[in-house]
Amino acid sequence: MPDQDTRGLQLRGITKKFGSFVANDAVDLDIRPGEIHCLLGENGAGKSTLMNVLYGLLQPDGGAIVVGGVEQHFANPRQAMAAGIGMVHQHFMLVEVFTVAENLILGREDGPVVDLRAARTKVDELSQRYNLPVDPDAVIEDLPVGVQQRVEILKALANDAEYLIFDEPTAVLTPQETDDLMAVMKKLRDDGKAIVFITHKLREVREIADRITVLRRGRIVGSAEPGTPENKLAELMVGRAVDLQITKPPAEVGDVRLRVEGLSVADPNGTVVVDDLDFEVRAGEILCVAGVQGNGQSELADALLGNNADVIAGAISLDGVDITHARPRETIAAGVGFVPEDRQHDGFIGSFTVAENLVLNRYRDRPFANGIALNLEAIAENATELVEQYDIRTESIQKLAGQLSGGNAQKLVLARELSRELALLVASQPTRGVDVGAIEFLHKRIVEERDTGAAVLIFSTELEEVEALADRVLVMYRGRSVGVVAPDTPREVLGLMMAGVPHDEAISGSSGSAGAEGERS
Amino acid sequence: MSASISAPAEVITHVHLESPDARRARLATGWLIIVVGVVLFALSFSAGATATFALSDAFDTVQLPSIALPAGPVVVITALLCLAAGAGLVSGRLSRTWRRVANTVAGLSVVLGFLSWAASSSTLPFPVSNQLAGTVALATPLILGSLAGVVGERSGVVNVAIEGQFLNAAFSAAVVGSVTHSIPAALFAGVLAAVLTGMLLALFAIKYLVDQVVLGVVINLLSSGLTGFLFDQLVQPNSSTLNSSPIMTAIPLGPLADIPLLGPVLFDQTILVYLAVISVAVVWFLLFKTRWGLRVRAVGEHPKAADTVGISVTAVRWQAVLVGAIFAGLGGAFFTVGSTGTFVKDITVGNGFIALAALIMGRWHPVYAALMGLFFGFVTQMASQLQTLSTPVPSQFLLLLPYVATIIAVAGLIGRTRAPAADGQPYVK
Amino acid sequence: MSTAERTAGRSAFAEYVSRHWRDWAITVAAFVLAMLIGAILMVVADPQVSANFAYLFTAPQLALGGAWAKVSSAYGALVVGAVGSPQALALTSSKAAPLICAGLGVGLAFRAGLFNIGAQGQAIWGALTAAYIGFTFELPYGLHLVLAVLGGMAAGAVWGGIVGWLKAKTGAHEVIVTIMMNYIASGMLAYLLTTAAFRRPGREDPISPEVHPTAALPSIFGQFHFGFILALAAAAGVWWLLERSTTGFSIRAVGANPNAASTAGMSVAATTTITMTCAGALAGLAGIQFALGPSANGAPVPLTLGLVGTVGFDAITVALLGRSRPVGIVLAGLLFGGLDAGGLAMQSVAQTPLTLTMVLQAVVVLFVAAPALVATILPFLKGRKLKPAAALTGGQA
Repeated sequence: MPDQDTRGLQLRGITKKFGSFVANDAVDLDIRPGEIHCLLGENGAGKSTLMNVLYGLLQPDGGAIVVGGVEQHFANPRQAMAAGIGMVHQHFMLVEVFTVAENLILGREDGPVVDLRAARTKVDELSQRYNLPVDPDAVIEDLPVGVQQRVEILKALANDAEYLIFDEPTAVLTPQETDDLMAVMKKLRDDGKAIVFITHKLREVREIADRITVLRRGRIVGSAEPGTPENKLAELMVGRAVDLQITKPPAEVGDVRLRVEGLSVADPNGTVVVDDLDFEVRAGEILCVAGVQGNGQSELADALLGNNADVIAGAISLDGVDITHARPRETIAAGVGFVPEDRQHDGFIGSFTVAENLVLNRYRDRPFANGIALNLEAIAENATELVEQYDIRTESIQKLAGQLSGGNAQKLVLARELSRELALLVASQPTRGVDVGAIEFLHKRIVEERDTGAAVLIFSTELEEVEALADRVLVMYRGRSVGVVAPDTPREVLGLMMAGVPHDEAISGSSGSAGAEGERS
Repeated sequence: MSASISAPAEVITHVHLESPDARRARLATGWLIIVVGVVLFALSFSAGATATFALSDAFDTVQLPSIALPAGPVVVITALLCLAAGAGLVSGRLSRTWRRVANTVAGLSVVLGFLSWAASSSTLPFPVSNQLAGTVALATPLILGSLAGVVGERSGVVNVAIEGQFLNAAFSAAVVGSVTHSIPAALFAGVLAAVLTGMLLALFAIKYLVDQVVLGVVINLLSSGLTGFLFDQLVQPNSSTLNSSPIMTAIPLGPLADIPLLGPVLFDQTILVYLAVISVAVVWFLLFKTRWGLRVRAVGEHPKAADTVGISVTAVRWQAVLVGAIFAGLGGAFFTVGSTGTFVKDITVGNGFIALAALIMGRWHPVYAALMGLFFGFVTQMASQLQTLSTPVPSQFLLLLPYVATIIAVAGLIGRTRAPAADGQPYVK
Repeated sequence: MSTAERTAGRSAFAEYVSRHWRDWAITVAAFVLAMLIGAILMVVADPQVSANFAYLFTAPQLALGGAWAKVSSAYGALVVGAVGSPQALALTSSKAAPLICAGLGVGLAFRAGLFNIGAQGQAIWGALTAAYIGFTFELPYGLHLVLAVLGGMAAGAVWGGIVGWLKAKTGAHEVIVTIMMNYIASGMLAYLLTTAAFRRPGREDPISPEVHPTAALPSIFGQFHFGFILALAAAAGVWWLLERSTTGFSIRAVGANPNAASTAGMSVAATTTITMTCAGALAGLAGIQFALGPSANGAPVPLTLGLVGTVGFDAITVALLGRSRPVGIVLAGLLFGGLDAGGLAMQSVAQTPLTLTMVLQAVVVLFVAAPALVATILPFLKGRKLKPAAALTGGQA
């Protein structure tokens, strides 16, 4: 099956297990110079595990890695790098308080004493050669995300990598930055590098791939030609015909419930991250806030809940009552339901039982408590009921919540929030890291909540989700509203707006230039 | 051939305000200085006529004159300086440079004003040379101990066990010194004992992922118990052979040692004092100029990033903890061979914790940590000096000053302290 | 309903067993290993016994016999001194009582994610205040004791509460602050013992007058006194607080995941302050045991610089060994109390210094903190998953 070409890199029958879980099951992959090879798959399909094996961060339980015709065993990344493999990590592997030059020479210093001048020269040389401009003396934490990624790419190139792995590189980028990155990848390919591009975004795959391999539940389930239509790719990726559009009844909009006026929020460093924002959400409608990660959405959500947010101007009112400076306990009592962006971090307590987590924000209220004493019986009854109602798959309500799968944990959070009467539901990335079956379920529940007359505010970076849920879309860029548009606004327009281009310009801009992208979505 | 990529103009339009933390720290510092100014002002009413400062003690070859200051006016002036500096900070109109000036002026004024007031109540002069000599002696182990912490914590291993390293080193140095009658052997034994303690810390923290603060406390208990047990069982019954180490003698650095006032303090000291000063420079160079230091800092900030470029996080952390332990060993030996040559139970009396405080207040930087060590030494020495002057303040309270200062500092007065990002966090692949 | 309740109860018990049996096995193994290390230390530190090891191969009975005699006499005295007689048991209980109280103070804080190294200072304030009330005022039986106990607990609570408040308001790290507060507490004690209010008339050394009998903790049998009952009651109270009350729910939540707790509407700042205040009160209660508990001669020991010993640090080992759970802390307190009581006997009977027990305590806790190490030494304890020491401090995920 593998050809006799000694150039290129082959993975043969790679198997990696974590306990009884098989993350990679006899995976074969063929990576050739001058090609962009897309590795496509859902969250948890095993893409990152496979690449971590290739990069020497994990050791496989079976199979072989063949580089240039020679079988290799990578005990650590250093050996993988020596074989010409470089990686651009999804979460950048950069020391934030170091300069670009320091990050670049880390691990490949020439002598016992650091020669920063040589490092600077090297940065300049590389950034000129690959046209990736960056200031060698800039400290990483001061740089925008797109530039940080450039440093990450330079780091791989500094090592003369011939095989470059890009692990979900577009997740944190604006559409503009994504375009720039694509151009960089194409140039590197044309220079003869072999590129592995990991993603779950179908449009990117279609734009750039020379070859496509689809991974599902740790196995290769097929490969596809670059021109394969998106729905075909999606089918391969998910394993069945998918229809991500849920049919939701039209909104029956009532009175304004949430009103945000002139809101500005500062982050802990004193940077203004939400800047003079106005919007309102009515009863019975879903407003989606779309935008690239890190444009003030988290801080806006925190401000609505009243959690660790430094509101410096403006007002928030819910059903006419001012909650601008209310604390979480008060906003929760006022009927705010909150599904945090990072559920592991903020949504539940891993070492608490399922039952305890289901009353995490109501344990002080009747019937769960009488005065200061907890009513364990009522807490257990509540859990039994919700576990059934929301189909949370757990052996027992006394199991620790940390043992639940991602989808079930998210169901737990949503069950807790929706099990009381809400005036406003705020949900950030409600389906991130959740399998497709659960996505449909969660979306349905959110729409049902809307139909009970609650105002619903969804933060999402995935345009698919925005299209599926929104009655109106607010696009956020650098803490400001770029505009509020209808959910059927073309993707190109939304994309441009997410890069800060106002709606009118975005419409004219996209119809003029985005022809190649067409109406495929 | 391929499309040229234009660099997007990255103009950041974010508005920057003073962060809430910085603002709180500035206001707290300002008000504290104002309060101190008011206290000084109140004290000026009870000041005696003159405050005398003796620059030489009776045995110095060159006798410098004593300085007599009019205590009342001096205290009033220093009080006013404090009030001005505090008001400036509170107003928020000072630039960064002027804020630093205000802090420095306030600090010096407090010391001078307070000393003048205290000295004016006594007919005896305040012995400045004693003050300086005592500061150096007290600060030496603190500096060395804080360097141990700096190196370890820069790599991400919290070291609360400096006290334990001190104790084991002090004990071993005393015993080996007594047996061999050799200072180098004693120092070597002290370093070895601290390195062994460091190995214990590294083993449990890095390999067995034990909470590092808890671990440090337990190692301190173990060290106290171990040295206590061996002392009771073995050393005390044979103290003439096992607990009478020779002590280090001062090494004058030629004519420099003859400079009046400063000469004896700076250039006529034991080898450990010189080593402490050299160590500060060495640690600075190691951390900020060498490949090893770059890796240590990377591992302490973002261990996974270091791992992905082929640096062994575990190995670097082990090295850092053990290198740090060398300094702790020297510092520990100071308590016995640098002092009386005998060990007693718990001889280090919490100095390891003060070293820890110095390193935190010194923001994990070898030079600042050493300066904080000097500051703590200065205050402690001042307290014991004032005790002999029979001043109106109970000296017990002055002895508490380093501890109070540390609490005020960690409560945010020295601005945002930023520990290495991965400090205290075990690394699991 | 009742059947549902019963099945819920059973499954909770099954959960407990499946989660914790290895903890128990590791603890026992750690104790045995510590005793072994203690034995080696005793042999090495005794020149006469260790000299015999020169003949290990020529006359092994001399070396091993000598070592055995040394170790068995010491450990024999230890066991007899701890549990060998009613008097020994009474002494053990009186040594355990303060350890349990202070251990609860450290353990409760652990559950909220706080490391309270300040039990020492809090206990000093408890002892100081209780003793002051005890020797200064003339009050009837009952009332005097109640006031002294409450006063001591309040003083400890204030000393601990300051730390919690500082942490909540400014983020000052509680480890550093508590270390400093310990020194400040002992400094204040040293100062107060020089003042007229505290110093015993006619004495120059720092020692207070004797506490009036009206304020002493009543003896039940020798040194087995009412303070031990107080300690058990405190443990029961802490258990109820943690497992059955809304306050405890928030303490555990903040300890396990402060972000999620805050998102769910709990105030991390308030919880931190409340926890440290309660922890301080418990450590204060430990101090009270020293100030008001009857000594061998039946009367409380007057206040001196070293009255509370190192209870605050021993309490850390007690809390760690007891895994910050009240029942565990009571058992660990009894164990270390027994070590203390037996250690005294070991010192007088077998001439083995009391400081050995400190080594034993520290080594036990080190082993317990690193279950993987114990499992390496004793492979039959290997489990599927070896949890690092987070489990020690109580349930941080």
